Amino acid sequence: MLLSPTATSALSGISGPSDASLPSKAMLWLKEVGCTRGGRLLFGGVNVELRPGQLLRVQGPNGAGKTSLLRMLSGLLLPSEGQVLWRGEVAAQSESFGRDRVYIGHAAALKDELSPFENLQAATALGGIPCKRSDALQALAGAGLADFAHLPARRLSQGQRRRAGLARLGLCAHAPLWVLDEPFNALDTAANGWLEGLLHAHLQRGGLLVLTSHQGRPLAELPQQVLSL
Amino acid sequence: MSAVLTERPEDDTAQPWWPGIRSVFVRDLRVAMRRRADSLAALLFFVMVVSLFPLGVGPEVALLRSMGPGVLWVAALLACLLTLPRLFADDHQDGTLEQLLLAAQPLPLLVLAKVAAHWVVAGLPLVLMAPLLGLQFGLSPAVAGVLMLSLLLGTPLLSLIGAVGSALTVGLRGAALLLPLLTLPLYAPVLIFGAGMAEAYSAGLPIDGHLSLLGALLVLALAGIPYAAAAALRISLD
Repeated sequence: MLLSPTATSALSGISGPSDASLPSKAMLWLKEVGCTRGGRLLFGGVNVELRPGQLLRVQGPNGAGKTSLLRMLSGLLLPSEGQVLWRGEVAAQSESFGRDRVYIGHAAALKDELSPFENLQAATALGGIPCKRSDALQALAGAGLADFAHLPARRLSQGQRRRAGLARLGLCAHAPLWVLDEPFNALDTAANGWLEGLLHAHLQRGGLLVLTSHQGRPLAELPQQVLSL
Repeated sequence: MSAVLTERPEDDTAQPWWPGIRSVFVRDLRVAMRRRADSLAALLFFVMVVSLFPLGVGPEVALLRSMGPGVLWVAALLACLLTLPRLFADDHQDGTLEQLLLAAQPLPLLVLAKVAAHWVVAGLPLVLMAPLLGLQFGLSPAVAGVLMLSLLLGTPLLSLIGAVGSALTVGLRGAALLLPLLTLPLYAPVLIFGAGMAEAYSAGLPIDGHLSLLGALLVLALAGIPYAAAAALRISLD
């Protein structure tokens, strides 16, 4: 099950790993990243290097800036200080970053008027790789939404909406970096298992995964870097 | 095992932007089709505002004829403002706006796709309805035709200019009030040349000048405004 040699390292405070033996193949690199919101310093001096197949868990109390950090990683927010580098380039200016990174935030990013199927098609097209009809239906079936694929998303329950938003991950094998904000929220046990399977497969492919999660500790058995804000 | 994803795909340039841009356009049209009441409301508003003027001013043909184009233009402008606050606000609320900002395609092109969809839903019906409403003002078919042409060139401008205001006010509580204040001053040139075109034609003057100016404004807006709106969106979501 151990996918990378990194041992679970719980880093206290706000410092990242300072392991000098990390090879330069780190794909995602946070350099002295800091965040100021509304004149208040949320965090500063965050250093993280993430290599293929590695998982980074961001944890901290409410309001510590977990979501802000994830939004910075994705390029939605510019760091107040420091840099986010992707494959050695500043992520926000990297041409390929839009296709390489998948970000799923708190909101499921579904249009209520459209069906999960139509939402999924639109989302993958924006990701740069439009999916085939059969692939989309298969991904939705994987999420347990086979019977709901063509209903308006408005009719879905909270958990089903969450599943419909996450179903996109099943079609994002090409994207090396997944950034997920509380992905396990509102999911039942079956869906938890499904999502863990997707995330395992992603790491095994050599993908990078960054997530925050409050409840329980899904994926706790995996080697991971932990960043406490 | 990790080689699969660390190697950059060779066909980097072979990823066309078109499917993503088209999907935004189609998605917005679909959403509008499924909430037809909203688009119809704007069209009905246009019809009603225009119809109130002959009732209020009285049946003096010469007066109606001279003010017809201006009234239609002002009403079109207000009807457009009615739908603009929701251009980005809905997407902001359900989280799809974030995904738009993160997309693999350049944001200005995606904004352009959204504006195009907005025009098809909110602008084009006004253009098509205009000649019919022109009858209430006793406009001759030729004048109504010129008016329609001016609206055809002008309503995309209204959508484009409004997109910047809509992007700047996305996520603000008073957006519906703030948006007209930001946008209406910028609408003035469009209104002047648009309404002026039909008035000039009915006065027997040449309209090439108006036509060229409206066309030039449209080209300028098409080239510049998507970038402005994209920048405004990034600021609003920061």
